[in-house]
Order: sequence, then structure tokens, then C-alpha cells
Amino acid sequence: MKYLSEFRDENLAKSMLDEIRRVTTRKWAIMEVCGGQTHSIIRNGIDQLLPSEIELIHGPGCPVCVTPLEMIDKALLIASRPEVIFCSFGDMLRVPGSSKDLFRVKSEGGDVRIVYSPLDALKLARENPTKEVVFFGIGFETTAPANAMTVFQAKQQGLKNFSMLVSHVLVPPAIEAILNSPHNRVQGFLAAGHVCSVMGYWQYEPLAEKYKAPIVVTGFEPLDVLEGIRRTILQLEAGRAEVENAYERAVNHEGNVAAQNLLKQVFDVTDQKWRGIGLIPASGWKLGESYRDFDAAIKFAVHDIQTQESDLCHSGEVLQGMLKPNECPAFGKECTPRKPLGATMVSSEGACAAYYQNGRFIKLEVVRK
Amino acid sequence: MTDELNFEGWSCPLPLRDYPNIVMGHGGGGKLSAELVEHLFLPAFKNPTLQALGDSSVLEVLGGRLAFSTDSFVVQPLFFPGGSIGDLAVNGTVNDLAMSGATPLYLSAGFIIEEGLSVAALHKIVEDMAVAARKAGVMLVTGDTKVVEKGHGDGIYINTSGIGLIPNGVNIAPNRAKPGDVVIVSGTLGDHGMAIMSVREGLEFETTIASDSAALNGLVEVMLEITSDIHVLRDPTRGGVAATLNEIAKTSQVGISLDERKIPVKPEVAAACELLGMDPLHVANEGKLIAIVPQHSADKLLEGMRKHPHGEGAVVIGAVVAQHPGVVVAKTGIGGTRVVDMQIGEQLPRIC
Repeated sequence: MKYLSEFRDENLAKSMLDEIRRVTTRKWAIMEVCGGQTHSIIRNGIDQLLPSEIELIHGPGCPVCVTPLEMIDKALLIASRPEVIFCSFGDMLRVPGSSKDLFRVKSEGGDVRIVYSPLDALKLARENPTKEVVFFGIGFETTAPANAMTVFQAKQQGLKNFSMLVSHVLVPPAIEAILNSPHNRVQGFLAAGHVCSVMGYWQYEPLAEKYKAPIVVTGFEPLDVLEGIRRTILQLEAGRAEVENAYERAVNHEGNVAAQNLLKQVFDVTDQKWRGIGLIPASGWKLGESYRDFDAAIKFAVHDIQTQESDLCHSGEVLQGMLKPNECPAFGKECTPRKPLGATMVSSEGACAAYYQNGRFIKLEVVRK
Repeated sequence: MTDELNFEGWSCPLPLRDYPNIVMGHGGGGKLSAELVEHLFLPAFKNPTLQALGDSSVLEVLGGRLAFSTDSFVVQPLFFPGGSIGDLAVNGTVNDLAMSGATPLYLSAGFIIEEGLSVAALHKIVEDMAVAARKAGVMLVTGDTKVVEKGHGDGIYINTSGIGLIPNGVNIAPNRAKPGDVVIVSGTLGDHGMAIMSVREGLEFETTIASDSAALNGLVEVMLEITSDIHVLRDPTRGGVAATLNEIAKTSQVGISLDERKIPVKPEVAAACELLGMDPLHVANEGKLIAIVPQHSADKLLEGMRKHPHGEGAVVIGAVVAQHPGVVVAKTGIGGTRVVDMQIGEQLPRIC
């Protein structure tokens, strides 16, 4: 398949790994920011093939994982209302709130539907004028343009029965928060390719310079990830700290300017809570004042709800790279994808889920015996 | 000694406590489904025949052996590229019987029809069943019809049960996989699941993905003519090859090691899976089988299978090993390894 098989070639991967081994002279800790990259690393066994000096730290880039608990609880409340058709991306349905998940709301009679695009939710709103259609608009910069376009169109079409529960997060402020942390071990970053396809990579240049950390825009196929790692290591070994683009077939410096303009028009930057991490200033988007009528949180008056995260969960430490998923005491025991305790276990893109699905718990059990 | 008292079955009702109600994932063929069987159905109906957990049960009757199986069909849409709920309902049960090496003979059919279904649609479904039954060489000998009020069913649900006769000398069971055996699949994986999904979700690709819905008893017959020493046969429907191989690994207490590069997937199915963030190993098939056979008969079997229209794409995708019992691993395309686990519930399309 064009654009896929070329980027999964075993021989090319081998020579790239050889090159990485050849240039690596000391220990380095690199963070892949995006959950899609974590998934690719574990799914392809990339981390096992790297020289032992290179440690990959899994970043906070799973949109489902970092959606704050109170947002999930708001979603559960809204989805339980009889007049509501609640639409969401599929993997959000298994994310637990304080007491249940959207699958359970569905089994209790809530009209919860999986859609592939927020525009599908808009279509549902037109087809069901007596219902309130709500879309759970979550994600990073990658999903934001489609969500913004949906709200934009809803306003243009004068739809009164459509609203969006928005919980958008932004990558650059998160990278800065990680670099600012006194516990930070990350020396270089693989930036999330798809985020950069929308936003470009100019935002990362001041970060690389200020914190002396190389940032390499990286794709998702095995060879993409290896190339990102290779370039990051080359920079680290040479003492350079620049922004490089290793995903040129999808990303340019400026990004998708039309999308960025729409985002500016629809969303306002806001302080945002990240599940398992905490509040990061100016790290999210909310609907702007002129789109207030489409804000589901306002429409259904679901503010001021109390939330309670499980005590067992160490997802905050996993998200910050201080703990490997299978080092968490609850991993694979109290906490499994079937019954996730926290952020990183809930989506197939979360670091804990990626470890669990790919059986990394087995090694630990063998050692314990 | 604790045969009578089943504390264990109820000592671990976690999954049922997690969800006080049935959720869609309980029907997904993954861990939630398996846990319902293990913690609810098996303890209630406890008997050795059921506990064998094959695609069909083997009954000793009057000195011979009967295979007996049942399956319900709730697919949406009712008609899809490559088939309909009608031929699925026949092929599904025929295949479950064939997977114990049986010659399928007789089927029953139960129809639960929603008020408002067009008679023309019902006629087409029944015609499809008749054609499928003729192709598979089975007879529908008993049936039942119920109609439910509009809104209480999805057009039509069909249940079929079937019986077949297991030839002497054939001993195929999910617990017979042995280290040294090889794992064969009869053709490309994921066709049915992605065909349904692309129609259901209105996803359009350059080529139409057609379901592989087919009766496999003819193929099994050919295989048994080559050798009766086939250890395990399964048709990897819901939950896909990953769920089926995990069940075999667990039941036989062996490890299974796959080579990802050898797993046959049509380009259009692979593309659809990529788009939706799904793994072809987790996607349903309705006309494919997995055979676990001794290494020495693999070449002869492959040669014979490839001459049959439903086995043209037969290949070895892995081996049974003594290491990591109960776990399925795969060598990845770039030379790493990963564990191929069962899905929890349904496979969910990812956000990005």
C-alpha cells in the first residue's frame, strides 16, 4: 500500500536502528508526545529494538486520557438526559467518570452514539429537530479544526438544537510545563506529527531555544518514529537543540493557515485541567463568546460538579514520565482497560493501555515468580 | 472435590459488578463476552460437554458422535456486499459444526421479526438461506416465527441451530493444540467485519469490500481426506483471529507465536482498518478457518486447501510453542515482538 508499506520496511528499519546504535554514546531520555506514537512504538516493538541507552518516555498526548474528570462527569450528566442524543468519538465511551462511563449511560437508556466526524452529529441535529444533539468535542489541535468547523456551520445554519461540550488541549504549553517541572528528565521531544500538520512547527522554535531541548516533528509509522528518534539523538549527541521536521510529507512550517484562522475565530485560549497532570495555564481552547449558544456546558447548566479520582491511580506520574505503566502498583490488577482507574488506561492510545494490550505485564509477572 | 460447590465462579464477579447492566461490549466476542460465559453461563449450566467450549458441542449418541451448535444473527444492515443475514445464519451454524470435523446435516431456524419489515425483504432473506443451505448440503427441518412490535427489534433476528455427524477417527477439539504444531488460516482476514462496517458507517472506499460469508464444510471435508490428524479447527468470527487464538492458547495451555508479515489481509481491508484505527486480527470473518495441525502434514494440507475455492489463500501464519502458555505473540513487521491480546469489548474506532 502506498505511503504505508514503505514506512514499515524491515530492512530500512534495521539500517536505521544500526545508525541509531552507532551514534548513541550515552544515556538519553526522549519523550514521544503523541499517544499515536506510543501506540506505534509498543505495537511494533520499537522500544525493544533500540539500544538500551535510549529511554522512551511516554507523553501526555492521548486526547481521551487527558480529558479532565469533571468534563467526563458533565458528559455523563448530559448524556443521561432524555431529550439528548449524545455523540462522541468511539474510544471516549469507555473512559470512566467518577462513578460510570458512557457505555453504562447507554445501557441505562441514554442515547449515546459513536460518530466518526463531528459533522455527522450536525446531520443528526438536522434530522432530529425535536432532540438536543450534543457532540463531545475533545482532543488536541488535530481534531480541533473539524470541531470548529462544525460549530461554525451550526451557527451559519441557525441550528438551535446542536451544542458541543468542548475540552480541547494544546501541545506547546504542555511541553513547556514538562520542561519547567523540577522533576523533568526529558532531554528531547518527538513532536506530534498530526498536530503539526494543522499548526505548523513555528510554535516549538522558542521552546527548543529556551530550554535547550531538540524537538523533532515525527510521524507515526515505524520508520517515521525511528527517523524522529535518530534525528533527536544526533542533535543530543552534537549538543544541538533545534526544531527539525522529520514528517515532511504531512507537515510544513506554517501549518494549515485556513484551519488556524477558523480556530482563532471559534475558540478562545483558556487555562485547562489535564487529567492526571493538573492545571496548565493557557493550554486549552473553549468556545468563544460569539459561540456561547453552542456551549453544551452552559446550555445544560452542568458546572460546579464534584469529582473524585481513584486513589490507586498513578496516571499523573505516568503522564509525566516518572513512572512506567507496568511499574504502577495497580497496573493489570485493579486497573485494566476493562476497569480503568485512570487517564492513561482508558484509551487504546494511552500509555497504560498500550502496555496492557501488548502484554508488557507478562514480563513483570515472570520476574515476580 | 469441589465439583458441587462453585465458589470460584462467583468469587470473581468483578466484570458483572463493573457494569450493572449489559453493555454492547458483552456481545463483542472479547473479554467481556468471555467473562459472561465463564462467570455466569458456565457455573449455571455446568457440564463437561459445555465446558469443552468448542464452536460446537460433541454429543455421544448411540455409539456415534453428533456435533450440535446454535448461533443468533443480529447483523445490521440486513443486506451487505457479499451476503445477507440469511446466508450468514446458515453459514454460521454450518461452520460451527464443521469446526468439530462434523458433516453438517440438519438446521433449525427461529425468526424474530419486527413489525413493519417488508415481506419482500423477508422473502429475499429466506431465499438466501435456501440457497446457502443447498450449497452447504444441509436441510432446514424445523423452525419458528415470532413477531415483535415496531421498535422492539432491528428488522429481523435469526437463530439457527444445527446437528452434524462426526466421522470415526476424527478428534478435533480446542484443547488439542501442541507445541510444534503450525497455525494455518484459509485466506484473507477481516473481510466480513470491514464490509459490514464500511456499509454501516457509510464509509466509502475506492473498491467495495465484500463479506467472505461462506460455508466451510466442503473445505473441511477436503482437509480430512488428506489427514484425519487435525488438532484444532475454529472459525474466527467475532473478536477475530486474536480472540480465537487466545482461546485456543488458554484452553490448550500452549503459547502461539505468529509472524505478522505472513498474515494475509486484502489491501482495501488493511486500508479501512488503518483509517479506523483497527487491527485486522480483531476483525470478524465469516468464511475463514484456523487450523492447528502437526508440522509434518502442513504442506500436504496447504496444497489441498488451495485447490478448494474457500481455501485458495491458505497460508501458515505461525506456530504453537511451549513458551508463554496462554499467550499469543506476534513478530512485528520490523522485527520486534508484541503480544496479541483479546479485545475487551467491541473494537472502538479511535479519535485520531
